[in-house]
Amino acid sequence: MESALSVLVGLFFAVSIYMMLSKHTIRIVLGVTIFGNAVNLTIFTAGRVLREVPPIIPEDVVTPQTLVANPLPQALILTAIVISFSFFCFLLVLAYRAYQELGTDDTDEMRVAEPKGEGLPPLGY
Amino acid sequence: MAATESMNSIDTSAAMIAGPTQLADWLVLMPVVIPIVAGAVLLMARHEVRLHAMIAIGALGLAFAGAAGLLYRVVTEGTLVMTMGRWVPPFGISFSADALGATFATAATFVALAGAIFAIRDIDATGRRYGFYPFLLLMMAGVNGAFLTGDIFNLYVWFEVFVIASFGLLILGSEQRQLDGATKYAILNLVATTIFLVTTGMLYGTFGTLNMADIARKAPQLRESGPLMTIAALYLLAFGMKAAAFPLNFWLPASYHTPRIVTSALFGGLLTKVGIYALLRVFLTLMPVERGVLSELIAWLAAATMILGIMGALSQSDVRRIAGFVVISGIGVMLAGLALGSPVGVAGTVLYAVHSILVMTALYLLAGLMHEAGGSYSLHEVSGLYRSNPFLAAIALAVVLAASGLPPLSGLWPKVMLVKASVDGGAWWLAFAILLSGFLTTIALGRVFILAFWRNSPTAGDDSADFGGAGKARPGGYMVLGMLALPMIAIGVYPDPFMQLADVAAAGLLDPSGYIQAVFPGGGG
Repeated sequence: MESALSVLVGLFFAVSIYMMLSKHTIRIVLGVTIFGNAVNLTIFTAGRVLREVPPIIPEDVVTPQTLVANPLPQALILTAIVISFSFFCFLLVLAYRAYQELGTDDTDEMRVAEPKGEGLPPLGY
Repeated sequence: MAATESMNSIDTSAAMIAGPTQLADWLVLMPVVIPIVAGAVLLMARHEVRLHAMIAIGALGLAFAGAAGLLYRVVTEGTLVMTMGRWVPPFGISFSADALGATFATAATFVALAGAIFAIRDIDATGRRYGFYPFLLLMMAGVNGAFLTGDIFNLYVWFEVFVIASFGLLILGSEQRQLDGATKYAILNLVATTIFLVTTGMLYGTFGTLNMADIARKAPQLRESGPLMTIAALYLLAFGMKAAAFPLNFWLPASYHTPRIVTSALFGGLLTKVGIYALLRVFLTLMPVERGVLSELIAWLAAATMILGIMGALSQSDVRRIAGFVVISGIGVMLAGLALGSPVGVAGTVLYAVHSILVMTALYLLAGLMHEAGGSYSLHEVSGLYRSNPFLAAIALAVVLAASGLPPLSGLWPKVMLVKASVDGGAWWLAFAILLSGFLTTIALGRVFILAFWRNSPTAGDDSADFGGAGKARPGGYMVLGMLALPMIAIGVYPDPFMQLADVAAAGLLDPSGYIQAVFPGGGG
């Protein structure tokens, strides 16, 4: 199970890096989203895929009696999903607003903050 | 009642801390909780923009008092630990404040307080309605949380908290250049924190724990079998990107000059230093052996960051962009201490980081006041400020000397320590790089001073006080710059207590046994 998931994670990373290498912001944003999902699957796999048994301890004992699922990676992933989703929303709006204001989604042409051909600073009085 | 009975029948002493938390231990949370609560209050009171500044300054003042009290306790009594939900570590999320974290939190909160005061004049009613102060408070909660947490996944969460608040601050105003800069800043920072997260996932897969003290004590046994070197290299990538180390620094000069000047100041002072803090924590407390293997690489990165950073500053004519490159160059100097790893070197890095938090904020605020007085950020246009604003010129000289590492200000001593550590460690070329970057910083910032202050303004012959571009900076800003200059002068003139503090912080990093002992008092867990 871990090996299959590892291959899937590798594919996710490959796709996301390919997308992020694009010049266009919308593709980069999609790549970042896939990147986040690749990470979530990595954490899930790193926490070991054990059994699909809920980690509930019976009433009279203090430790689980059988092999149970590891709840911690799921809590970590839940946190990461919430964070990456909110970031995705922000990035999507930001990319759209930047497209509206700058008239391009090509990062090579987004040169308002760092204009081309700025001269040197004054070299004397 | 029945439920309580059955709860009591289970022996929870192995999993939970018995007895209530001491009141004084709540101090650990103060630098985080106060800004979060105040930020939430301001979000609820978002229409009462008149109250915003007052509440924010009050909250940051309280948080500063809390951080300073925490620093005092940590220095006198050692690392202070508090675990959430009273679960015994490593099950609960620990907050563990050692001398390093408390020092950084105190300096950061002080600077944020100065920024909040400066913002009274810099941020207009629209900016406040848009949420400047809530964003500022939430960013501070994230920054302080990152400095104080003892759990590496929690560190990731605090990173995201301050990063998303910083997005809000960065695009406040929605100008074209801000959207342009924010796009690059947001995407690259998100990639950096995601790499941090994937590394943390691998770390969890290897160690089965996320508590930093637990990782530190388990690392020696896992070094043979686990992929610790991979994890260390990925952390270097992630935190190097956050800290703006060459060659991962290009988001910084693309974005830091675009927002309101007080936002630039806080970013330049605080955010990159969180990256440095994380590097120190991970490479010195958790993975000292891996740091030793990577030290040569880190040293070259440090030298490249300082020299190329300051060469960027030399080629710019916008004062804010010069300041951005000076920030990068300072990151290189801090990485030098991490590369050396000796007590003097690490202490130098800690002291330099405190100095950098203060002086980079002051540098940006100075740029703001120069803009106010001279009407422009461009060195082609601003001139004659010495005649029109002599007091500003005095403060500017202090900031320039401090940033360049010249006596009698705060930049000198950490550089002395780092150069000494480099020479002791046989890395003469690193010492040379530190001195060369200091020399080039002197040229870059000295030129700002000469052109903006000493050069006569074009209209200066007609002896009227209100000539042309050069007006008066309003005095409110002087107070804030003076407030930042005081500790800079104190570190420069009387460095002993600050050096001792840096030594304590460095000793705590290099020998984590005290840190581990504080988190696991019984050695169990």
